[in-house]
Amino acid sequence: MSIPVLRVQHLVKRFGEFVAVNDISFDIRPGEILGLLGPNGAGKTTTIQMLLGVVTPTAGSIQMFGLDLAVHREEILQRVNFSSTYVAMPQALTVEENLWVIARLYGLSQTQERVDDIVKRLEMEEFRHKVTRKLSSGQSTRLGLAKAFLTEPKILFLDEPTASLDPDIAQKIRSFLKEERRSSGLSVLYSSHNMHEMEEMSDRIIFLQRGKIVAEGTAQEIVARFGQADLEEVFVKLAREK
Amino acid sequence: MKLHRIYALVTRYLYLYRRSLPRMMEIFYWPFLDLVIWGFITVYLMKFQGQIPGAVTFFIGALILWDILFRSQQGVTISFLEEIWARNLMNLFASPLKPSEFLAATMVMSILKVMAVSVVMVVCAGLFYSYNIFVLGLWLIPFVLNLVLTGWIIGVLTTALIMRFGQEAEVLAWSMVFLFQPISCVFYPMEVLPGWLQVIAWANPAAHVFEGMRAVLSTSAEPITHLGWATGLNLVLLGLVIAVFHWMFELCRERGLLVRIGE
Repeated sequence: MSIPVLRVQHLVKRFGEFVAVNDISFDIRPGEILGLLGPNGAGKTTTIQMLLGVVTPTAGSIQMFGLDLAVHREEILQRVNFSSTYVAMPQALTVEENLWVIARLYGLSQTQERVDDIVKRLEMEEFRHKVTRKLSSGQSTRLGLAKAFLTEPKILFLDEPTASLDPDIAQKIRSFLKEERRSSGLSVLYSSHNMHEMEEMSDRIIFLQRGKIVAEGTAQEIVARFGQADLEEVFVKLAREK
Repeated sequence: MKLHRIYALVTRYLYLYRRSLPRMMEIFYWPFLDLVIWGFITVYLMKFQGQIPGAVTFFIGALILWDILFRSQQGVTISFLEEIWARNLMNLFASPLKPSEFLAATMVMSILKVMAVSVVMVVCAGLFYSYNIFVLGLWLIPFVLNLVLTGWIIGVLTTALIMRFGQEAEVLAWSMVFLFQPISCVFYPMEVLPGWLQVIAWANPAAHVFEGMRAVLSTSAEPITHLGWATGLNLVLLGLVIAVFHWMFELCRERGLLVRIGE
């Protein structure tokens, strides 16, 4: 079995008395897409924020590429990126300006070629010179994805990446992700409320509830274990459990 | 510290100015307005030249130097506010960017702002009031450098407080500097302050600069002592506020505040 690119061990996050993440451990292997499921408030976003180094864990460790995030933050984040429907890019800049800033922030070479390439691959040519505040929500989501893929990360955190996209574009994004994973060995932590998408995309799934992992395995394994018809029913069952 | 990250942020802020009239006004309109108002006050005071010798030189010179400090502070704080308004802190601090690189970028913006504002004010003062700031001679250079440093001190401190207390504290970006104005002795000499306030004022690097400026203008004295104190205090205080900023940054990461500012 290959060495994990991401290893989370006994991760805990408390905000005062409230325990947002309660002793979770999981791995992601190279080229693997790990689905992160859970109802609102389960701790998914806090987990991703800790993995991105913007929230400090109360306890536990996060290792990526065999390095400790607490010690090698800069080195790790150079090879990691994220896209979230809920985190927009600066609205006053054009799409292309935003991508240029990101390229410089990560010290990328051949910037123009890379920007042109990602704009083309995500079909953003028609709005590349548009100011971000004038984009539709689907176009904004594609900009977020372009920002994430521009830096050619080895690990990608995606928080509901297709939430505001029409089915056609959403399908294209999923195909794009699969192609990236196949060609570059990209590893992905994928959070979504679309169960069909989760089943289609994820090699494995972890289900978070009230900060704890309550189920882990492939979609089929989880469905079988809970004796439900599909993942959506498992989600509803677990989300309603006290 | 990586220069390409500082360059990235400076580029981002310059993109903002390129197509924003309100942001350009901050550089040209307000300094111009300040100068017009204080210029008329000075013209009025010239009627009493006997009582206040060198009124024009004192007031307009002091105003230009004060604006340098003010814009220097704004360069740091407003750049941080731009990130809050754009809700961009998550994008920035989930990248390899270090807090020190972020601060360095805001300081570069501060220098660019000071340069732009200084040109506007010096040219306008010359055109409208026949005032030449270069009457201060070469002393102008260390005066300006020290005021830029003092602006950074207030700017970094304000930024740290806004980061910690959130968007409700953003009013500090415009008000904090005026807390320092009375003890900076911009338009009056230190001797007019009560004794206890003088003790506090002497710990303010800007007060040494303005006292030094008056010494040069009134007696042509060499303000070495004032400049020594201003530089020493600036370096110590700047080190201190940068440490406070880093401490606040870690505290915000610990409490999850960094990603919640602006929500």
